[in-house]
Parts: sequence; structure tokens; C-alpha cells
Amino acid sequence: MQDTIQKLRSIANDATLSPAQKRHYLSLEAENMLPYPTLDAETQEALDQRVICDMYEGHAPYKPRYVLPDYSIVLAQGSEYLELPAPETLDEAINTLMIAYHHVPSVTGIPVYIGRLDHLLLPFCDDISDEDLYEKIKLFWRYLDRTLPDAFMHANIGPTDNRVARAILRVDAELKQIAPNLTFLYDPQASGDEILAIASNNIVECCKPHIANHPVHAAAFDERGYGIVSCYNVLPIAGGASTLTRINLKEVALRSSGEDDFFAHQLPRYLDLNFRLTQSRIDYLFNESNFFQSFLVEERWIEADRFTAMFGVFAMAEAVNALQEKEARAGRYGFDEEANALGHRISAVLAKAVDGRPLNNAWRGRALLHSQAGLSDDVKATPGVRIPYGTEPDPVTHVEALSPHHQYYSSGISEILTVDESVRNNPEAIQQLCKGAFARGFREFTVNVASNDLVRVTGYMVRLSDIRKFKEQQGSRTNTTVLGAEAADVTGILDRKPRVVGNELYPGHSQ
Amino acid sequence: MSSTQATVSKILTYSIVDGPGNRLVIFLQGCNFNCACCHNPHTIGECNHCGECIPACHVDALSLVDGRIAYDPLACDHCDACLEVCPISANPMVRDYSVAEILELAREYRPFLTGVTVSGGEPTKQLDFIIELFRAIKADKELAELSCFIDSNGHLGAPGWENVLPVTDGVMLDIKSFDNPTHQALTGMQNVKSLESARFLHAAGKLYELRFLLIPGKTDSDAELDSLIGFVKELGADTRVKLNAFQHHGVKGEAIGWEKMTEVGVDRAAERLRAAGIDNVATPAVYL
Repeated sequence: MQDTIQKLRSIANDATLSPAQKRHYLSLEAENMLPYPTLDAETQEALDQRVICDMYEGHAPYKPRYVLPDYSIVLAQGSEYLELPAPETLDEAINTLMIAYHHVPSVTGIPVYIGRLDHLLLPFCDDISDEDLYEKIKLFWRYLDRTLPDAFMHANIGPTDNRVARAILRVDAELKQIAPNLTFLYDPQASGDEILAIASNNIVECCKPHIANHPVHAAAFDERGYGIVSCYNVLPIAGGASTLTRINLKEVALRSSGEDDFFAHQLPRYLDLNFRLTQSRIDYLFNESNFFQSFLVEERWIEADRFTAMFGVFAMAEAVNALQEKEARAGRYGFDEEANALGHRISAVLAKAVDGRPLNNAWRGRALLHSQAGLSDDVKATPGVRIPYGTEPDPVTHVEALSPHHQYYSSGISEILTVDESVRNNPEAIQQLCKGAFARGFREFTVNVASNDLVRVTGYMVRLSDIRKFKEQQGSRTNTTVLGAEAADVTGILDRKPRVVGNELYPGHSQ
Repeated sequence: MSSTQATVSKILTYSIVDGPGNRLVIFLQGCNFNCACCHNPHTIGECNHCGECIPACHVDALSLVDGRIAYDPLACDHCDACLEVCPISANPMVRDYSVAEILELAREYRPFLTGVTVSGGEPTKQLDFIIELFRAIKADKELAELSCFIDSNGHLGAPGWENVLPVTDGVMLDIKSFDNPTHQALTGMQNVKSLESARFLHAAGKLYELRFLLIPGKTDSDAELDSLIGFVKELGADTRVKLNAFQHHGVKGEAIGWEKMTEVGVDRAAERLRAAGIDNVATPAVYL
């Protein structure tokens, strides 16, 4: 108890956190005083050893990890609960969204999905000039960054080339804010080269937007569609993810005597344990937390049966290299065909296992496989199936090494392609890389241009200058800078050639 | 038709500095200039099979077979010790490629490519190969949209250009100096043919970029810059000019002792060009 008091006190008195940030960490500590959802001893042991991991989501899952409201409903009908009439003008529509966001829960307390904004706002833009549209989006963007300061908050645009998407890209390049994160859904048939060229120029300006392969994602979901949220999680609209659990593949490989033992015994065992962990957390959310009594369900912003579970894996690179060593093979992940093929085989086995395991209270009765991008305390474990930081080959070789994985990870597999600054004189190269990567089956990727102040740590953006200031005890207005600072210290992210790495969620406050 | 071969120093499937977009770059071996400032000096010479590199190879990837250097790419660990000892700035690791082999590579990487660039060395020394390669690309259904570029020092006469331009989309042309004695000292050759080439290519609408290497104390004087300005204006003030900065990366010999060009110096030169009405000036994004 004394430890707990001390911990709470250190949060309350922290010199670098704002009152809101303190409240968030204090609430996490309170939740974690509750007993964990029921786990059998074997699962508990694997969790304690962090071979499997619950992303420190908390001991009482009283809200889903990620919520993707169907915002078109509140824009069409307004909200009885929030006493909002249906909007008729662009100002009213933006205002309705601004209110709606504050009622959307998530694991961080800040909405991770703010909608496919061009699609949502375009019907309100008929009488609006391009210049007025730009001004209104600019104010909206400033509001989002200042009141919901978390780069996990994610907007989508595309796949069509339209006025709202262009206004958003113009504003985003001009303001260079951390929030919101932005994904452009690209469809070679529908988008056209012009907007892809604008997006490429934006990447040179501010490392955003992330680019997603729309036809591939659309095929994996249904007619209600999908959204790309937080750091590149792909989930059903009007639903989301109840939980995200993950397996540390490196730890599984280290517990294996060799490749055969890995595939025959250890991997199946930890897959099973991670399914048990996942089901236990879903059961609490659905059967005990009363979350689905919310007005969000009543007014059909979300539907309970559209929540999936994300089944994450990470440290593929270390797992493959460990198995290669056990088999006395020299080839390393990312550079050697045999090592790469072993990685692809692991992904295929994972996908088959996830597809074959029924879960209660999950969309379509199954989890969705996810290449998980990391936590700030992951040490020597590379995010997802990525190639370790600082050792990546050129972007073309990089894509060739990783593209066979992409078919398996329907709930997201974020990749970061590092391009040196020469691309500033040649943004067309980014367009071409995009086309090449998608032709090879990439689901999505981010391009990181070396030496931008705004850089991506896994999925979210941080400012390098903010990290420096934070370390000088000045505090940071944006939540993700805290995560970035921790990740920079622990995982060596700034050693990365340009400077990007994986870290999706900070597990809690630390001294 | 694909029997023509070229001596190739290196091939890149990812390059964002050799023309627009991402390009397949084929570095052809051999150059008719001998620039002290060259950042790829091992592409200048053509191997005379003297064998001096053989003892330098610590993995036995080099040998003499029938009086000719034989290179084993599987054994090679790319330490480049052979390049260090070569007395004539050649490269024993070169490989002959046929047009058909390059086409195969272009097809394999097609989705990633905006175009193909031949560089060097001085690629126009192997002009027949370039013509045949570019002609084959233009005739190939799958590859026809790739743009075909040449990176050249301009030491090629008009008849040569006339042969290759019908299948070439753009040329990046280097001018080393507008002052002939300086040019002679830097490259071993006169600048007359290079300047003629620039005029010819511009008139033909194929001069994609005029490149000028700034070397402190050698090519960054006001007089040089004013000559550059005058020359560009004669071509057309909208000509794209790329100012490059002399760096030590890759350089061998006496030029290592030369001062590196700073970003400040490049920016000053760029400003001078812009002030004179030349708008399309590109400067390096990266200084090593």
C-alpha cells in the first residue's frame, strides 16, 4: 500500500505533466488496483513473463480499446442524447463532429478515429468557396490539435480526389501539427495521380499522410467499410476493437529448441494462451462492464457485434534471427532470402491459427491478425514484422523483403520506409514507391524523410524539439511527446537512420 | 537485336537523385574525362588485365583466366580493396550485361520505376548499347512508359546525339567549368564539346538539367558564376540548373586535400543565379 501511495503521490506532484495528464495516469493506477479478469494459471504465467501481453490496457476493460463511430449517423440525424439537431451547414456539421468526439471513448480517453472527413463533410460544401473551405478546415485542425492533443487521434481521407481532401492536405502541410494523424486511402483506379502527387509533397513537408491500399483493405471488410485509426489499426466502421493483445515472437523463439519445436509446440502453445487472455478481456467488457448500455449503441453510432479483437505479434525480426542461430544458419532477417522465407512462414501459420479459432463476442466470430508496432518499454524487440531500426535496406529492397507478410495482417501492418532528404528535390519518387509497394501487395506504409522535426514514432508523430524541451523539464502539451521521450530513451529510436520507431502505448506513469 | 553488351560498373534499382522519380540506374564503366574531383573514380578506367588487384583480394574472388581478370561475385564481400590498388582507376568487378538482361531487370522492378538512367563513367562512350537499350524499352509494351535519361559530361558530338535523342527523354549534363584552362586542369579536356552539347540538347528540347559542380577556390568565383548565368540565359532562363557541392565522399588523390563546398556557399551561388533571373535552381538536399 505504501508503494501505491508513493506512486500516486509522484504522479500528483510530477513537474512535467499537466493536470489532465495526471488525472489520466491516476485513473490508470486506480483501475489497476482492481483484480485482473479471471485467467487460468498458465495464461497468467505467460502474461507475467510478458511472452504474451495485454498492452497494459488495464485490469477492468470498461471500454473497448478502439471505437470507430459511424459519424454519418450523427451528421444525418443529430443526437437525441446530446440534444443536437441534424446539421444543415458546413459550420454546423463541423461543430457536431467537434462535440461528438468528446463522447467517444478509447484506451487513452481521446478518440482514435475522427472519421473519413472528406466523405463526411463533402455533402455540406456545395455553396462553400475553396478559400472559405480552407479557412474553416484550418480552424477545425487547430481545434483538434489543441483540445485533443494526441497523435493516436486519426483522420482518414480518400480514395477520391475531392475539394475537402485537398483542403485538408493543404492545411496539414501548412500547420505541421502532430495531431490529427492522417491517412490517405489510395485506390489506383479512383484516386488519380494528382492527389497522390499532393500527398507526396505533404510527406516531404511533414511526413504525413500515411498511405493505405484502399482496394486491399476494402476487400477485407464489409459494405459499412473500415477506418484506419490510432497507429495504423484497420477496423470495422460502427465498431472497433475490444482489445489488443500480442505475442512476443522473440520470447517464443527463445523458448524453442529449434525451428521444429517452435512450429510444433511453442508457437501453438502461446497462440492458445494469447487467445485465452483475449477472450477473458472480451468477456469482462461484454458481460460485466455495461459498456454497451451507452447512447452510442442506442443511437447506432456503434454496434456491439462489430467489435473485433486484435491479435498482435511483434519482434518477428528477433524471432527469425534467434531461430536462424539455433539452426546454425547465418542469414539475417530482412537481408537473406531463407531468413525472410522463415518469417513469411511464421506469418502464414499465425494467420491460419487466428482464422481457425472462434471467439465469443467478436466481429465474424474471429480475431484479426495485427503486426503490432510496439510499446515504449520494448527493449530489443522490433515492432511487428519490421526490419530492426537503423539497419533497413533501401526502400525498394525493404518492400521486397516484407511484402509477402502483408496478405496476412488484415487489422494492420504499419511499415516505415525511410527516404533520405534528396527526395525534397524529387517528391515524384514517393509516388513511384507507393505504386511499387502497392503493386507488391503492401497494405499501407509511412514514408519518413530524414531530418524533419516532425517525425513518426511508430504510428504517431512527435516533434524532436518537443522531446528536447520535455527532457529539460518544461513539460509537453501533447500526450504523445511523453511516449516519444520514453521510447527515445529506452529503445534507441533516435538512433534509427532517420529516426522513427515503434511504440504504440505508454503503459503508465513511470518515475 | 539484344546481342549488344555493355561493361557495367554497378546497377541500382533505387535511386532518387538521377532524374525524376525513382530510377533504375546503370553505371557504365569508362570515362573520357579524368576528373580529380570524381566521386566515383573507379568508373573512369577500363581494365587492362594487369592482375595487380589479385593479391589485394582477401577472399580470392579475383583471378587471371586466359590472361583476363575473372571475378567471382559470390565470393566477393565488397570490401573494395581491389579498387584502392588499381593503378588506372578501373574496376575488376565490372560485369558485361546484354540489353536483354537489363530489360529483364526493368520488368522485374517495373512497378517501382519512373524510368531508367544510364550514368557512368561516361555512358555515351557505349552509345550503341544505350541506343539499343532505349529503343527496346520504347518498343516494349510493359516498359514503354519508362522515361529514358542519360547522365553525361557532354563530350559527345552532334552526330552521336542525333542518333540517341530519338529514343531519349532527357539528358542531365555536367559543365565542370566555363573557363577553359580551369576545365582542362579539372578534367584533362577542353570544355568546347560540352558547351556545344548543352546548346544542342537544349535546342532539341532534351536538356533536362544543367549541372554545375561548385568547388571552393576553383569553380565558385564570381566570374565562373557570371559565365554560368550568361550561358543559362543564352539557353533560356527557365533551364533547370542543379548546383552540386564538392564533397570528399568517394574522392581519391589530390582532391581529398581540396576544401569542401559548404551549404552557405551553395546558397550564396544559388541566390546570385536567382537574382539574375534564373528561377529553376536546385541545390543539394544533403551535405555529407
